[in-house]
Amino acid sequence: MLQLVLFFVFGTIAVAAAVNLLAQRHPINSALSLVVVMASVAMLFLLMGAEFLAAIQVIVYAGAIMVLFVFVIMLLNAGEEERTAGSRVAKRLGFPAVVLLAGLLAWTLLTRNQHPATVELSGRFVGSPVAIAQLIFRDFLLPFEVTSVLILVAIMGAVVLASPAGTTTGRGSPEQPPAKREE
Amino acid sequence: MGLTVTTFVVISVIKIVIALVVLLTAVAYTTWLERKLVGHIQNRWGPKRVGPFGLLQPLADGLKFIFKEDLTPPHVYKPLYIAAPILSLALALTSISLVPIGNWVEVGGVYTPIEITDVNIGLLIILGITSLGVYGIALAGWSSNSKYSLLGGLRASAQMVSYEIALGLSLVGVLIMSGSLNLREIVDMQGGHMWAWIPRWNIFRGQIVAFFVYLAAAFAETNRVPFDLPEAESELVAGYHTEYSSMKFAMFFMAEYANMITVASIATLLFLGGWHGPLFGPWWLQNILPVFWFALKVFGFIFLYIWVRGTLPRFRYDQLMAFGWKFLFPLAVANVLVTSLIVALQK
Repeated sequence: MLQLVLFFVFGTIAVAAAVNLLAQRHPINSALSLVVVMASVAMLFLLMGAEFLAAIQVIVYAGAIMVLFVFVIMLLNAGEEERTAGSRVAKRLGFPAVVLLAGLLAWTLLTRNQHPATVELSGRFVGSPVAIAQLIFRDFLLPFEVTSVLILVAIMGAVVLASPAGTTTGRGSPEQPPAKREE
Repeated sequence: MGLTVTTFVVISVIKIVIALVVLLTAVAYTTWLERKLVGHIQNRWGPKRVGPFGLLQPLADGLKFIFKEDLTPPHVYKPLYIAAPILSLALALTSISLVPIGNWVEVGGVYTPIEITDVNIGLLIILGITSLGVYGIALAGWSSNSKYSLLGGLRASAQMVSYEIALGLSLVGVLIMSGSLNLREIVDMQGGHMWAWIPRWNIFRGQIVAFFVYLAAAFAETNRVPFDLPEAESELVAGYHTEYSSMKFAMFFMAEYANMITVASIATLLFLGGWHGPLFGPWWLQNILPVFWFALKVFGFIFLYIWVRGTLPRFRYDQLMAFGWKFLFPLAVANVLVTSLIVALQK
């Protein structure tokens, strides 16, 4: 009972924050709305018994990635967006697409055997750190390692793209004034 | 569980009230301790006029903060300017609710953990909550709309994100050894003695390097000397809280000290054996002693914090980043590798 109440509370917060993300005109408000979405989704994970996933969701997405978003917005001092009339294509195609998507989702949920409103809130989800570790490091070890190599390649690519031509050694001269080296 | 909802709610509320009162008192007296100790380190007396040994000084400070004019500068972005200190303090106070300070207790026939709640992955949740703490500081710096605040906020968020990695990795060694994320189980692993007299605390079981990495990273996470660049007064006036006054400033202040206590508690739980210590005397003393040992270890850690503050100068910003990324981070990774190798070989 309590779990159902909490599910609706955090579900509502997540949806409201997601709408707010789009409605806000200032980038920092949008970024903070996204943080709220992440945190509420983490609470939903927690309600399903995926405690590890919930903690990682908060630590990685809300605590690290979104901090960098906010950091960049602060650094660039991005101002409010200008309100435009919006594109005609988006208006003509967007609304039917939304209706279609919502209909598809509703149809999928309704045609499943379960009652549509029953979400598994019993905490029987296999989400303990041990279960996840066995999945990652035993059953799906190869895909996991390949993904990490891919991420490494992406990081190196970002470094190469970001550094000016001819300075790819990544070693700043020690005489460089300290103010320049933010990160 | 065998608890009715009413008992559960009543017990939780009682525990929350007790935890808040104890924590806020501890925060208040940490400021007193800091002023007194730094005073003695610098050959001064520190506070001594209000009450015996200046013991009522925190009360006077609190009253002063409440009665000061709450000034909101006209150029700030108001919603976030007001939300930032609330966020800081709320997150700082929340994380303490997961810190076990002793064994389970039985009150009136109800058996309950002494902390507010006992979570399976308590450590991860504490890390998650503290990782959100950076928003309070970053938003305060940004919404104040002043160059000193902005620079302070930027420095703080860069520093906290960087040192969080070393901090998290320094804990992994302990987690590998204990095989659990539950703080209570981690502490239970550290009971007893090796070779008859050395306590089986993790710091004596090979995690001493991790402890020092944690120590340095924790100082940086809480923005304390020698890593207090976000509020370096000689360059940034007061950093991210330059534009704040009255209780809003006090909230940042309280958040900083509450974070210090949380960090000290985690160090105690993970490295210093938690509430384990010699037990003796009648049964009531045996029940109180674990909490006493825990408090003593936390006190020792905070003493170290203040001692370092009274002793060391501040880092330069590039030194800070180089130290975090080029020294602490590789050291923490090496510790993880060595620890996991040893644990794997022992199995």
